[in-house]
Amino acid sequence: MSGISRDAAELAAVQPLRPADRSRWRGFVLPVAAIALWWLLSSLDIANSALLVSPAKVFDTAVDQVVTGRLWRALSASLAREATGFVIGTVSGLLLGALLGLSPLFNRIVGPSFNTFKQISLFAWIPLISVWFGLGDVAKVVFLSLAALVPVVVNTCDGIRTVPPGLLEVARVYGFTRWQTVTQVVLPAALPSIFTGVYLALIYSWLATIGAEYLLVAGKGIGNTLIEGSEHFQMDLVIFGMLVIGTVGWLMNAAARALERRLARWTGRAT
Amino acid sequence: MTTLLKPQTSNELDIRGLGKRYTHDQAKSGELQVLEGIDLHVSEGSFVSIVGASGCGKSTLLRLILGLDTQYEGQILLGGQPISGTGRERGIVFQDHRLFPWLTVAQNIAVGLRNAPYTAREKAELVAAHVALVGLEGFERSWPHQISGGMAQRVAIARGLVNRPRVLLLDEPFGALDALTRSRLQNELQRIWQKERITMLLVTHDVEEAVFLGDRVVVMQPSPGRIRRTVDVDLPHPRNRSDPAFIRLRDDVLSDFIDSGAEARSPTQPPQPPHKPQGGLPVPGLPAGLQLAW
Repeated sequence: MSGISRDAAELAAVQPLRPADRSRWRGFVLPVAAIALWWLLSSLDIANSALLVSPAKVFDTAVDQVVTGRLWRALSASLAREATGFVIGTVSGLLLGALLGLSPLFNRIVGPSFNTFKQISLFAWIPLISVWFGLGDVAKVVFLSLAALVPVVVNTCDGIRTVPPGLLEVARVYGFTRWQTVTQVVLPAALPSIFTGVYLALIYSWLATIGAEYLLVAGKGIGNTLIEGSEHFQMDLVIFGMLVIGTVGWLMNAAARALERRLARWTGRAT
Repeated sequence: MTTLLKPQTSNELDIRGLGKRYTHDQAKSGELQVLEGIDLHVSEGSFVSIVGASGCGKSTLLRLILGLDTQYEGQILLGGQPISGTGRERGIVFQDHRLFPWLTVAQNIAVGLRNAPYTAREKAELVAAHVALVGLEGFERSWPHQISGGMAQRVAIARGLVNRPRVLLLDEPFGALDALTRSRLQNELQRIWQKERITMLLVTHDVEEAVFLGDRVVVMQPSPGRIRRTVDVDLPHPRNRSDPAFIRLRDDVLSDFIDSGAEARSPTQPPQPPHKPQGGLPVPGLPAGLQLAW
């Protein structure tokens, strides 16, 4: 009896590792199955080959795009735009969010306007932006900055406002100056929330990059690759573009998660 | 080192006619009298326990002494001088440890010295000495989420003591801990107090804890929060929980709570259980049917 229960306990202790290990690979089941089905359908030739290109064709296009350097030109243009908009949006978002969170006066003056502003769908800005800034890089970067700004402001302000009052009392008890309280208590306590905002900004600004390239059509970019593909009815190019966009988004996600784990060691959530 | 650790001049705490009111919508007068006519003298180096049920204003009293709340009637004097705001000469240990989760154990203790007039080396020495005092050697670099609740509370005690306060206030410091850890930490606190001889003022709802640690036990009662009586605990330290004299004193203090409950309860209303049953009020061996109402 005791032997059985001990075995059960040991099993319970060992067991959780294996499914977790296995589930890593389970994520690949669906994509692999989809590609297999896609490959099967296109090789059976039952669908219109112009609408449903074969995986082999997409692969050829991918090789062509890489070899000719077109992929790199488009991707580097997009990433440069993304980075510029992300940095501008995040930095101004951090400032605005910190001011909204720290200063009740600033919050009373600017808060209501910002809350109205953030209700306007990002894409509703496109007509105004294109009139003011044209269709070039400036307009795109403005659009991306807006996309990055909103989540950073909201999460920074939220994080600062929800600092546990008990910790602020500790700062008061030990005679922290206002500056010490902000830099050594409020900001560290708000860091996980701030990071969530920056992480969302990274994802939003990448999505907005493609949106901007698609809607403000001028110049090079991975979004323009998509347009080119659809205009020339090259579904292989379209699918290739989508794969690149997805991969970049996935890499950004993974990088942000890894960075978050390093930054927020102390929260105990990281493993 | 020893000169650093030496407490400053007269560290007696004197509270005279202290009262505290909050504005309150539901009260008839629009105000709620939380504390009224509190007179309390804590002589230098002594340990005073304040015991009372939730809502008797004992934590409010501590917040006033700490200087987190500056609106009150009466006087709070430390070494003859009225207190103003918070100050490093008054340390505190809260019920929830309130450690900064982004700082290690040693860094959290050093928070108590952030603005103290010591050199970096002196601060490091003081932190190391207090890590040792609370028995946490080897855990200096642990994060708060990696240590147990009892250890976190030891860190909080070290943080409260590290800049040699003239008085250490303890606000139900062991209230959130399990019974075994609680009694172990009560022994630890007694040892620390005997070693350091810092004036300590403990607020608790655990009668046994109050009697075990205090030279004097101040019993408070609510509505408005006031002192019911003061009991001198004339037993030598370290104390023994199974000493008949200790048990007699504990039961004597406990009887205050039982009497008042029987009187205050209206016959039409069912008895209310105490708010925080994890405290020391429900003591085994209490006659069945006796209710603790406050």
